Order: sequence, then structure tokens, then C-alpha cells
Amino acid sequence: MLIHKRGLVKSVKFKDHKYVGDPMNAVRIFNEKEVDELAIIDIDASVENRSPDIWRIEEIVSEAFMPIAYGGGITTVDQVKRILSAGVEKVILNRSAVKTPALITEIAKQFGSQSVVVSIDYKKNFFGKQGVYIENGKTNTGLDPLVFAKQMEEAGAGELLLNSIDRDGSFSGYDLEMIEKISGALSIPMIAVGGASALSDFKKAVQHGASAVSAGSMFVFQRPHRAVLISYPSQKELETQVYEGL
Amino acid sequence: MLVIADYGVGNLASVKNMLKKAGFESVLASDAVTIESASKIILPGIGAFDHCMQQFNASGLREVVTRKVMEDKTPLLGICVGLQMLMENSEEGIEPGLGWFAGKTIKFKKDKIGELKIPHMGWTNVRLEKKSDLTENLGDQPRFYFVHSYHVQPENKSDELLSANYGYDFTAAISRDNIYGAQFHPEKSHKYGMKILENFARL
Repeated sequence: MLIHKRGLVKSVKFKDHKYVGDPMNAVRIFNEKEVDELAIIDIDASVENRSPDIWRIEEIVSEAFMPIAYGGGITTVDQVKRILSAGVEKVILNRSAVKTPALITEIAKQFGSQSVVVSIDYKKNFFGKQGVYIENGKTNTGLDPLVFAKQMEEAGAGELLLNSIDRDGSFSGYDLEMIEKISGALSIPMIAVGGASALSDFKKAVQHGASAVSAGSMFVFQRPHRAVLISYPSQKELETQVYEGL
Repeated sequence: MLVIADYGVGNLASVKNMLKKAGFESVLASDAVTIESASKIILPGIGAFDHCMQQFNASGLREVVTRKVMEDKTPLLGICVGLQMLMENSEEGIEPGLGWFAGKTIKFKKDKIGELKIPHMGWTNVRLEKKSDLTENLGDQPRFYFVHSYHVQPENKSDELLSANYGYDFTAAISRDNIYGAQFHPEKSHKYGMKILENFARL
């Protein structure tokens, strides 16, 4: 769930944000659908140099009866403490992970590595080379995704989100090549994001090394016209079409 | 009144929120007077075992909680480290536990879980080991959200209420008389968790 100007949005390649509804309403629907975990990202916070909106996080979490991960604007351990005590299980770091990797180490030390997730947002640059981007995909850090992933594991991250900007909202399937490359070099769980179109994509991502999968557009849009309709596979569908044979 | 013991650790808001969603009011209590008036007590816990025990011992709540549970037979539900506190001790620390259940808390055995990672984190199916009011009407294939590196090992098999598998079978919940404990987080486990909290509130 991406939060932008207090509303819930979904992007394509981290751009073209389309309003998909009210976050509180979406959380209530996702509750009923029994999602395994919900990641809430405030995509404006870092760009606007703003701290996490604790009050807003509390409000959303009060209606969320599943594990929650929050990302957006986190720069200090104290913020993490307040976010976790609001009822959030994990924090997701992106810009701070690049700028101050020591923060990852400190969070892991104080709250356990299982509570700190690093989102590796990456895309091909002008010359076709994959690079890590921050600030909602706006700023190229010049870092290589694999090198950065290893650094984050070493710093104490408990989990990585491998987020393909090029595939975001594309419905073209996960970036299996990168999933295989990164997961093969790590011993911490890695979650694939970006490009999911069907349940078969989940299975492929896991077969290529992802520990888990995440999706946005697939759960909020109905194709072909990107009409907003929140959906989520039933436990039975997941069991027969994804888990079986893994 | 359903009271959530607030001794300075744990994610109390989530428990309260889910109880509210299930239709039950609750209060967070950090004072003995409120605990004294409790009809039910929830004992949360998160993080390091020693830290939880030390905070609980220093909070001034231990005496009143113990008296309520032992003498008045007030139902108590320990959650996560709150469950581990009910045992005699834990491999994670040196502080003694409350010792209301015979047995201890041990770390997941690395040699028995193979490629699986510690902490055990995520959704896992549970199996009923006995009948109990707490686990009434859980439905088919109940599953719960777990985050833990340690699990309890009750000495008496009859204390085991739910079991789960993570490389090997471990105890996911215990119960005896008016005392209950869950390793998972009911407050984060959708309808299954809500059912557990609702059953507890109705005891």
C-alpha cells in the first residue's frame, strides 16, 4: 500500500500514481481477505524530508489485524521505537539504508534483525546497467544491487525487499534473473516485488529463490482497464496454485 | 473488566484494538489497583526474556497478578514472551520465570530445523492437542502469526494445548485450569486470533 497525499495510490515504474482509495477502507478490506502481511509505504516522506507520521500510522494500524511493515522517512532509532510500539512489526528503510547503514545495525541491535527490512529499489540506467535508486526511484545512488544487498545483510537487515522499478505496475512478471542472482548470494530472506500478474508468477519467483512474494497492482486493479477492485487470492487458491509442489 | 498488564514492554495497543473489534472493552493497567479489579488478565511480552522478567518484577504488578491468578483463579492469557514467562526458566536468560508451568523455554534446535531460519517468523498452521474453551470454534486449519526464536517445552504433556511444526513439532500454546499461554500473536492473526481473544474474553 502506497500512501501519497493521505490517499492510497498505485504506480507504474514508480510514476503515474493513480488514486485507488482511502487507506483505512483498504485495510478493512485486506483484513477480510486475510492477507498474510501488509506493507505500508509513505512515498512522500523522504522526498519531502519529513518524519514518519506516527499519528497516521497508529490510525491505520488500529484497523489492521495482520502483521504490518512500515516504510517512509525513517531516519532515527527513536522513530523506529515509536513506530513499533504503535503496533507495527517491521520497519522498511530505503534512503536511510543507503545514507546511514549504521542505522540498520542499531535498529537490529535494539529491536532484533527481524524488525528491519531494507527495500532495494532498482532499475536500469540510461546505459542499461542495473542500479539502486532512492527517494521513490528519483535518485540514482550508483550502487550495484548485489553489492548493496550483501552490505545490508552484513549491516544487520533481517529481510530484503527486492523491488524492480522497471516492472512496477507492469503486470509483466517478476524479474526472475535478478531474484536468482541476489537470493543466491544471501542467507537472509528476500521478498520479490514488482511485476506480479498472476498466481503463477508467485510460484516462479519462489522457484527462482525468493523467500516470499509481494504484489500491489495485482491486488488493487482489475484488468484490462486498471479499474480499482481490491482482491486477494483465497487460502485454497494459494494452496493449489502456489504452494503445491514448492 | 478485561485488563492488559502494562509493565513497560509489548505491543499493547494491538491487543486492545483487536479485542475492541471483537466487541470487548479492555483497559491497560500499570497499577495494582486496576489489576485487582480485573476479571481477566492478559500478560503480553516481547523482546528479551530477562528484560521482560525484570520489568515485570520491578513494576509492582507481579504480586497482585500472582495472587489473582492463584487465589481468585482469574483467567490469564500470556502472549509470546508473556507465555514464556509462565515457565520455570528460559535458555535466553538467567532470570527465573514465574514457574506456573513445569518446564522451560528453549531455543529452536538448529540441528533439527535444517535450512529453516531463526527466528521462526510468519504464518504457521497449528494442531489441537486437547479440548479447551480457548480454542473452541477455531475452524478448519487454524493458522497464526509467529515471531520467535525460543519455544516452551512443558514437562507435562497434558499442559500442551496447541502444537505447530517448524522443522519439528513444538508447543504453540499451553493451558491448565485458569492459565493460558500462546506463543503466536493472536492480535495479528486475523479471524483465528480474534476467535482466541473472543473465547478468552468470554471465559
